[in-house]
Amino acid sequence: MSDTDGAPPLLEMRGVNTHYGAVHILKDVEFSIYPGELVCLLGGNASGKSTTLKTLLGMVAPTTGDVLLNGEIVTDESISYRVERGVTMVPENRRLFKRLSVKDNLELGAFLRSDRSAIDADLERIFEMFPRVKERLSQKAGTLSGGEQQMVAMGRALMSDPKVLLMDEPSMGLAPALVQTNFELIKQIHSQGVAIFVVEQNANMALSIADRGWVLQTGRVVLDDTAEALLANPHLRASYLGET
Amino acid sequence: MSTEDRGPSMSTAFIEEPSDEELPARRMLDQDWRKVFNYGLLLALVLVFVALTNMPVNLDHRMLIEPIFSMGYLSLFWLPAVFGLVVCREPVLAGMPSHAKGSREVLAGSLVGLIGGAGLSVLTFLLDNFNLRDPLVNWSPQLLELLSFQRDTAFGIAIWLPVGLVLGTFGGLAHLLSATVRRMLSWAFASVIAFAIFETVILDLSEGFAWLGAEWLVEELYFIRGGLTMHGAAVLAVVGGLFAAFGRDRAHRAKERFDALEGTSRTRANAIGLLVVAAALVILPLFLGGITNELLANVGLFVLLALGLNIVVGLAGILDLGYVAFFAIGGYTAGILTTTNRGESWPDWMPQFYWGTALVAVVILAALAGLFIGAPVIRMRGDYLAIVTLGFGEIIRLLFLSDWLGGYTGAAQGVTNIPGVQVFGLATVKGTDPRAVFYLVLFFCAIAIYVSWRLERSRLGRAWMAIREDESVAEAMGINTVNAKLMAFVVGAVLASFSGAILAAKVGSVFPNSFIILVSIVILVVVIVGGMGNIAGVIVGSVVLIGILGGPRQPGLLQEFSEYKLLIYGVLLIWMMLKRPEGLVPNVRRTRELHQDEYLQDAWLRGEIDADSEHTDDSHSNGNTGVLPA
Ligand SMILES: Nc1ncnc2c1ncn2[C@@H]1O[C@H](COP(=O)(O)OP(=O)(O)OP(=O)(O)O)[C@@H](O)[C@H]1O
Ligand SMILES: [Mg+2]
Repeated sequence: MSDTDGAPPLLEMRGVNTHYGAVHILKDVEFSIYPGELVCLLGGNASGKSTTLKTLLGMVAPTTGDVLLNGEIVTDESISYRVERGVTMVPENRRLFKRLSVKDNLELGAFLRSDRSAIDADLERIFEMFPRVKERLSQKAGTLSGGEQQMVAMGRALMSDPKVLLMDEPSMGLAPALVQTNFELIKQIHSQGVAIFVVEQNANMALSIADRGWVLQTGRVVLDDTAEALLANPHLRASYLGET
Repeated sequence: MSTEDRGPSMSTAFIEEPSDEELPARRMLDQDWRKVFNYGLLLALVLVFVALTNMPVNLDHRMLIEPIFSMGYLSLFWLPAVFGLVVCREPVLAGMPSHAKGSREVLAGSLVGLIGGAGLSVLTFLLDNFNLRDPLVNWSPQLLELLSFQRDTAFGIAIWLPVGLVLGTFGGLAHLLSATVRRMLSWAFASVIAFAIFETVILDLSEGFAWLGAEWLVEELYFIRGGLTMHGAAVLAVVGGLFAAFGRDRAHRAKERFDALEGTSRTRANAIGLLVVAAALVILPLFLGGITNELLANVGLFVLLALGLNIVVGLAGILDLGYVAFFAIGGYTAGILTTTNRGESWPDWMPQFYWGTALVAVVILAALAGLFIGAPVIRMRGDYLAIVTLGFGEIIRLLFLSDWLGGYTGAAQGVTNIPGVQVFGLATVKGTDPRAVFYLVLFFCAIAIYVSWRLERSRLGRAWMAIREDESVAEAMGINTVNAKLMAFVVGAVLASFSGAILAAKVGSVFPNSFIILVSIVILVVVIVGGMGNIAGVIVGSVVLIGILGGPRQPGLLQEFSEYKLLIYGVLLIWMMLKRPEGLVPNVRRTRELHQDEYLQDAWLRGEIDADSEHTDDSHSNGNTGVLPA
């Protein structure tokens, strides 16, 4: 759909191969995410989903192929270079700085920014979105409940003022009721114009809010389609969506 | 034993108020026999161990109260009393009824003391009949003589049983007293011991305050050959006890009032406090004698070192065991550049520098060394990093010792003839003038404290803490972890090199031996015992460990204990890790986290968790929320 707009993709992978040591993880992965899209990445365990996100952010360097950000090749650029230009990750298991306060966690999200008034404005925006977070500013992040930690993790990522948010299994370890809220939050962030690339095990729910989806199988993109098409795909229904 | 053991720490950590209801005291023989036996056995082992360290013999000549009580006997006597007291303690859970205390507790104390005493009886018997001098170097006739109170062996064997019994009973009885009386007694006891132990410093102080009539007071308190006089001890006990009864409350109230301050008045109070401390540190040394100033100077050197290591370990979370390398580099650089007797390999045209000028080179070299050692090391994590830094620490020392660099560094002879520091032609800071050394150290400590304080609150400080918490996430936030960690190394290195440069001027010489790995370990212990990541804690840690016990080569207040310094360090470290992992001066937030489990158990037992989610008492509510139903 967005392919026809003519603008360059926000984030793109071209023929990316990634290795851990000698083990080949990502195999000729190609795809692009356009500004404001909500894309979800599906795949079984160890299929390379987290690795894809890490390669996009620059935590893992591809062996061949390129990562492009706004049409610019950033394969050899540092993480901070990409974060400054609008890529941010919410890591698997949230991974807050446990012994630091909620405030410190949020501030660290804005580590590369120096415009104090803009940072404060973003803080306010996050407090509006997550009033609970504001109540717990001086509490140690490690003592928050799972749901609260998820809010802080999202808030921390938003503090960098991202154009695209990479989320690695945001609903992992949350109670069923919270999973629902969590997807609401993702939709809410998306509605503010942030593109979202979300890895999810919960394919049904993820596809219900996504524009598009990819399916990764042992490091290869095997399906790439709109969310509706994927939801209707009998092959995918059988392998990922189970009995539904 | 382990379950009972957890009790006291759990209850004392968070609960002060006694329970409302009280069950009647239990019958005397209704004992937890297993616990009593375990504590007794442990006491016996500890007593025998202490005896075999030869501490009692070595300290026997040092009188506490002339002529009746020496420090040698004190090293044994305090143990049964403490064990007797501890065995009676049981977790008191607020809201849960507990038993009244009674004869049962006293009996437990007595029994523990008795079993402990029996341990020494057995040792006395063995000492007389077997010669185990070969593995146990302190298996000596002197020890036997001491253990049998200078009488025959039979007397010694017999006497330890009642002595242990009586001391243990004291411990048990102390448990029956009300908290106030118990506090008064322990303060009375502690003030006598403190004045006896710190005799040298107090004598030293009295000279400075002679005009206040201090000389007279000291003559009354102390015996000429050392030790307190009987009436001196009595007066101290009374004063200490009275202070515990009246003064302590007042001090507490003052502290509460201070804590209640907020906003500008809090800032003002802080500033005034800081000013008073600073003024005291500047003025007091004028009245102190050489010994005390020397002690303070040594403490200051370690404050510098520990503040630097605190940045590396406490803030950035890099466990650097080779930290002494930077201390050595500072010492050697300053020494070589300022000495009048330079190694033969240096070219003749190289001038002899002024210490202040040399300091520039010291800073540059230390920073470079920080980069060079840091660069290969920071890519590693955790235990690998610790081992590799340990190696680097040793490598630097061996380089200074080697033949290869010997022409420059003097190899084993080290660098000698290092002159003192001229300060504006006003004074020369050198070892013979400890007061001047102290002022120089104080100046650098002030810088180090300010730098640490600012860094902690800076962007860099925040980056360090993020790295300490989770390095890869810190990276994902865009923090350049390599640079940040290198900066930690560099700042730490520079602070340590200041300390080394002052040491060179103070002692007048530097040797490879002054920079052994033990120094690294001691600094680390200072940081851990004081409280990691906490400036005040690091200072307190230095005062307690270096000032009182002494540094690796620096005598402390307790010179008699210098042989046992490392033993005491070790015991202290273990005890701290078990009971107070947050250090002597806890960082409030860290304490909460470390005691969280205990707190949660207590809170749960009190039914507090579901009772009040809007509880505003800071120290409690924050621990609470993690388990509140969301
Ligand atoms: N640092 C690493 N070193 C070596 N192998 C790794 C490393 N990280 C991941 N792998 C391997 O790469 C493969 C893909 O891992 P990845 O974390 O991308 O999977 P995933 O799709 O996110 O799986 P999951 O759904 O279980 O999170 C796995 O086989 C994993 O063992
Ligand atoms: Mg994963």
